[in-house]
Amino acid sequence: MTRDVLLDHVTIRFGSFTAVDNAYLNISGGEFFSFLGPSGCGKTTLLRCISGFVEPTEGRVMIAGQDMARVGPNKRPTALIFQNLALFPLMSVAENIAFPLEVRGVSRKGRRKRADALLDLIALPGVGDKKVYELSGGQRQRVAIARALAVEPDILLLDEPLSALDLKLRQHMRTELRAIQQRVGLTFIYITHDQGEALTMSDRVAVMNRGVIEQVDAPTAIYETPRTAFVAAFVGETNVIPGTVLAQSGVQVRLGTPLGPLVGTAAGGRRYQAGEAVQLFVRPEQLVMDAEGPIAATVEKEEFEGATRHVFARAGLQALRLSRVNAGAAGALGPGAPLRLGYDAARASVLPASDGGGAIDAGLTA
Amino acid sequence: MSAASAGGGGRWASTGYGALFYLFLFGPLLIMTGTAFNSSSFPRLSPWECFTTDWFGVLLNDRRLMDGLWTSAGIGLGVVLIAVPMGLAGALALSEIAPRLRAALYTVLITPVLVPGVVLGISTIVFWGQVGRALGMPTTGLFFDGVFLTIAGQVTFVSAYAMLIFSARLQRFDPTLTEAALDLGASPGQAFRKILLPFLRPAIASAAFLTLLASFENYNTTVFTILADATFTTALASKVRYGIDPSLSALAVIIIALTLIGAITHEAVMRRRAAILSGRAARSRLYGHPAGRLAVHPATILALLVALAGLAVWQGSRYDSSACRAGVLEERRALQEKLMQEQRARMRQTAPAPAVPTEPPAPGGNGSGFGGAFGSGLRPGGSSAAPAPTPAAPSPAAPGSPPPAPGSNPAPATPFGGAFQGIRPPGG
Ligand SMILES: Nc1ncnc2c1ncn2[C@@H]1O[C@H](COP(=O)(O)OP(=O)(O)O)[C@@H](O)[C@H]1O
Ligand SMILES: [Mg+2]
Repeated sequence: MTRDVLLDHVTIRFGSFTAVDNAYLNISGGEFFSFLGPSGCGKTTLLRCISGFVEPTEGRVMIAGQDMARVGPNKRPTALIFQNLALFPLMSVAENIAFPLEVRGVSRKGRRKRADALLDLIALPGVGDKKVYELSGGQRQRVAIARALAVEPDILLLDEPLSALDLKLRQHMRTELRAIQQRVGLTFIYITHDQGEALTMSDRVAVMNRGVIEQVDAPTAIYETPRTAFVAAFVGETNVIPGTVLAQSGVQVRLGTPLGPLVGTAAGGRRYQAGEAVQLFVRPEQLVMDAEGPIAATVEKEEFEGATRHVFARAGLQALRLSRVNAGAAGALGPGAPLRLGYDAARASVLPASDGGGAIDAGLTA
Repeated sequence: MSAASAGGGGRWASTGYGALFYLFLFGPLLIMTGTAFNSSSFPRLSPWECFTTDWFGVLLNDRRLMDGLWTSAGIGLGVVLIAVPMGLAGALALSEIAPRLRAALYTVLITPVLVPGVVLGISTIVFWGQVGRALGMPTTGLFFDGVFLTIAGQVTFVSAYAMLIFSARLQRFDPTLTEAALDLGASPGQAFRKILLPFLRPAIASAAFLTLLASFENYNTTVFTILADATFTTALASKVRYGIDPSLSALAVIIIALTLIGAITHEAVMRRRAAILSGRAARSRLYGHPAGRLAVHPATILALLVALAGLAVWQGSRYDSSACRAGVLEERRALQEKLMQEQRARMRQTAPAPAVPTEPPAPGGNGSGFGGAFGSGLRPGGSSAAPAPTPAAPSPAAPGSPPPAPGSNPAPATPFGGAFQGIRPPGG
């Protein structure tokens, strides 16, 4: 309860521009919660609203059951790790980490002791007297985390903290962050446009698009049962096949497509009218070679990427993409080879075509 | 071959151009420095009479100038103390204000720089006079005091300079640092003191230095607001109006020396900081070695320069040019004697006729503003066609006779009196 965050119908406008639109969300204490969305979708704005730099135009932010209206950022039980880290360049590492204690009037000795303890926690013992610019990117990252932890916040807010790091370090820091979160038991609210980060670290993910929270779910549910076309397209790779509904029985939907009649699952138990325009989403790894499969296609090219082979195929005008694990049996496919493809209908989502077609483009280009 | 020679020619041309450029920049300063050490009572290099350091003594004994120096220092301090915080406040307001209002506020704050100093000076007197009278203040009150009025007048435009310096620095400030401080629990006041102010420290130093200079060298406004008092600059200006002598060159030498010491020390500070920031310091032979590090430390360099300057002052104060000057006087008297004899001989030969055409007019004769300085009897047979047996201008008194106390008589009876005054250094 003490570390809960409730966004109670929060809307944030800048002039006539709506940056966050009616966000309703309950984040529970100790959770690792991520906001995932393309650049400019309002993630930073929402985070700044939670930490107190932006007041909501409508709605309330509640932390531990308390309305945060007119509570300044320095009075909230939150600590924000800025996108650019915002470490103080004129201070040493230890002074940076001890800054929250300094402003609270902790003695010099007490500050130093706490700074050293925090440096141990982030596995950087002995760098306290260095200047910030003497550290590497990953080290600065961890110093920023240590400084935020020195506040002893209930909620740690992180704004794309790994985006400036190189790939290897990013992957290492993912594990590190998750480990730190489990060690200190705080609520982490994490912002990223990188689905890999969101999916690997989080307990739950909120996918945002143009200021709107489109889906809040566990990472597997986000990936496997997207509720909107935007989520389906933005999170992971996918094949999008347009069609019209022929019939629906339960969640199973039969649709007519340029590739012939296909079957999919109505996401979120939605009901469709016959003749309604829809889209069928099939993940590349769900699309498999199957002699009995409903789709006939020809191979255009194959790309080799270590553990997986990406096959680009074509069925009429429809481009298709499948990923094959590079295990013993999988040989190379030559261009022009005929293929029959099948998929598990339970894991192919049917979503309304009108559901933000433009948003999909925005998501893919972000 | 031809290309190479053309390239060589180009190099010569550019070297020559560079030399000319630097000559243009520094030539006047070099010549002025030279004149400070020539015993000739008009600042010039040729004819070179005697090497002397007496002009420094003349300068330091000028009471009006030295009093003005203290007044200027007091005014400068007051202006710095008021203008720097005001400039900072203005710059902060500019950076915080809504962009639509920024241009308007900027114009308001910068206007005093664009208004002529004369107008500022007069309006300052008029304004505070009105306020003083409205409050029933006697004319001996604060609002009728030259120092107060000068500070008030200078602050109006000097604080705009400070504001420009702070604005430039603030543009490089990352505002998320202040947000981070707030987020980490600092109050807005703490965030200002612990984050923004340390970032602005170099700008505070430059603003203080620049406002001090601007206050010190200001004339246009100050000449009105200082009323009956005088600052260094206004005293200097009135001194120059009565004619110049090499003590002004001596002043220039002092200013140049101080500037050089400051500039070299500043350069040492900057180089050291750059070396440390780039991490080059540890690897470089100079900064890596303890002795080298000590040798190039700004404090060492400053101490060395100050010691050098002190040595020069000490040596200069002991230097005695009286023997040489007596020799020059003797020579001059002999020359004059010889000329007079020739003249007499000529007069005996020819009928008494106007001798003027045979004599070239004295260069810079008495018609010029500084005529007094030129006509001070240094040029044999100079200013008069029929020289009197007495030497021209100030009688070359025996060296060692008391000088007519420079500065003790700020308004000499004749317009050129100033030029004649203090030709002979005290105790020379
Ligand atoms: N202070 C502001 N004034 C006006 N528009 C803003 C402001 N802050 C953010 N925005 C706009 O809100 C949108 C969302 O920005 P942001 O929250 O930073 O996106 P994200 O962090 O998801 O990339 C952007 O279009 C941005 O231009
Ligand atoms: Mg952002």
